[in-house]
Amino acid sequence: MSAVFEVINLKKAFGGLVVTNDVSLSMVAGDRVALIGPNGAGKTTFVNLVTGALKPSSGEVRLRNEPVTRIGPTGRVQRGLVRSFQVTRLFQDMTPAEHVGLAVLQRTGKSAELHGNFLTRPAVMEEVYDLLERLGLYSLAHRKVREIAYGQQRLLELAIALALKPSVLLLDEPAAGVPQSDTGRIEEALANLPADLAVVMIEHDMDLVFRFAKRVVVLAAGTIIFDGLPADVTKDARVREAYLGSYANAGLNA
Amino acid sequence: MTEKTNSTLAAGAATTRSRLRAGFIKRDLYGFAAIVIVAAAGYVLFPDNLALLTRIIAIALLVLSLDLVTGYCGVATLGQAALFGSGAYAAGILSAHYGINDPLLMTLGGIFAGAVAGLICGIVMLRAHGLPQLVLSIALVYLFHEFANKASSWTGGSDGLSGIVLDPLFGLYEFDLFGHTAYFFGVVLLLIVFTLLRIVVRSPFGMLCRGIKEDPVRIRALGASPHKAVIKMYIISGAVAGTGGALSAISTQVVALDALSFTQSAEALVMLVLGGTGSLFGALVGTVIFMLFEDFVSAANPFHWLTMVGALLIVVVLFAPKGIFGTVQDLLSVRKNTTGETRP
Ligand SMILES: Nc1ncnc2c1ncn2[C@@H]1O[C@H](COP(=O)(O)OP(=O)(O)O)[C@@H](O)[C@H]1O
Ligand SMILES: [Mg+2]
Repeated sequence: MSAVFEVINLKKAFGGLVVTNDVSLSMVAGDRVALIGPNGAGKTTFVNLVTGALKPSSGEVRLRNEPVTRIGPTGRVQRGLVRSFQVTRLFQDMTPAEHVGLAVLQRTGKSAELHGNFLTRPAVMEEVYDLLERLGLYSLAHRKVREIAYGQQRLLELAIALALKPSVLLLDEPAAGVPQSDTGRIEEALANLPADLAVVMIEHDMDLVFRFAKRVVVLAAGTIIFDGLPADVTKDARVREAYLGSYANAGLNA
Repeated sequence: MTEKTNSTLAAGAATTRSRLRAGFIKRDLYGFAAIVIVAAAGYVLFPDNLALLTRIIAIALLVLSLDLVTGYCGVATLGQAALFGSGAYAAGILSAHYGINDPLLMTLGGIFAGAVAGLICGIVMLRAHGLPQLVLSIALVYLFHEFANKASSWTGGSDGLSGIVLDPLFGLYEFDLFGHTAYFFGVVLLLIVFTLLRIVVRSPFGMLCRGIKEDPVRIRALGASPHKAVIKMYIISGAVAGTGGALSAISTQVVALDALSFTQSAEALVMLVLGGTGSLFGALVGTVIFMLFEDFVSAANPFHWLTMVGALLIVVVLFAPKGIFGTVQDLLSVRKNTTGETRP
């Protein structure tokens, strides 16, 4: 199978601090990769680099064999590379229906139309309700985001990403900040992601990682120190060393 | 995971849809009716002061245009009069230099010039953010002002542009000395602009702009370019401001350099904040209150009216940060919710 998403020798330094050091990654459709690593390892920076929010010092990013390194962030989204945010970025005064509706309109090239509220467009609304329903947000469709729980906001982040029909999805700690009681819903949503979607999930919760990922990539100090099966990651000496003394050690041993 | 079947989903969507559409139409009609009623009341109450009322409408168009870029897109600007003045000069020059005296053509000229000025200002303004952006807007309005001042063979410079002659409106209604025709023309222009803007602000594009104001990074992550959208809004804003400028040129038959001034821009921002940003009604309410206040208080006490305006503004900013309209709306919706009505 040919790669849908390729990162080749990506490098980034902030001043003297090398945050991404020669990172390469290749994914095919349907891949489920967990990207883990201690805090400050450069995981979020990696997402920012491949989505175009930051410019790499060197290296290349390819989507379905097309180099996109010189294409801006919006162009990459339009080509199917979509991300979610570690800290929810939603519009407090808008409703879930409006968020997802905006994403659907944008994907179908209609977000700049000057007439007709999307809420009155049957084709858009059908898709919006369908997505919200799949993520258990249907009953909240017309509530303001500020009135809904954080766990539900995280699910809405997922709904927005899915509304863009990505081929590669980068999830930056999708369960971060969600109370334990609500992580089940998120995990269920993750398990139900479209089968042919290539997913990179950044996550600290090792239980979630083991249940979700078919492949684990470990980043430490900007370098990939492990890329392999979940079963092997805890046995790896370099991984253990990288996590030694950090809080995640407990999770790894669990 | 599916608790509801697709058919109930679709039925729910259909009822929501028709309820929302009915709500939009109802609110549009209320707005339209409110403008008509206020306009008629003004006509009855101040028949000798139609010039002031027409000026209020022209400035209301300027403030509406400012609301589009500031209230809906979050662009900080103290130079909006550059768009208004461009419209005023275009309409005036068409008549004074080209003998195009048809008020409709002059208005079209104003709309076009305003839109072009909007495009130019938008492109320049979006090079910066925050404070530098604000400074750029001030620089722009000074440049426009200075340009109009230097091009005095076209604009009359500091003497103002005179020699504007008007054909009857639709070939039927003379622009009379008392300003009846101009006022009627202004009210109709305002109603048209207001209706079009209602459609724009709740369109997908309007929602995109609201998103850009709150978080451009989020919008970019959806694959939409905030830059393109704001430039587009600037062009629309320019067309609206240009309409106001043209109305001002037509109703007074002169264009002064003030139309392009920093002061006029700053006053427009004060009116917008007073009424409430991010709402078309807010822009209208702010303009009417400010301009009537200015007229009455400055007549009663010419030395202290600015003090009074300053005090009013401080009160609003400190105690009603959503502006007069936004605050009243909040109070009303709280009452509505406690009486059991829910909003969609
Ligand atoms: N814009 C920036 N400027 C300078 N340093 C940064 C910037 N963004 C991130 N860093 C640094 O890069 C390192 C990696 O950060 P990040 O990618 O957020 O880590 P992670 O997501 O793995 O916790 C950290 O040391 C952080 O301080
Ligand atoms: Mg991070």
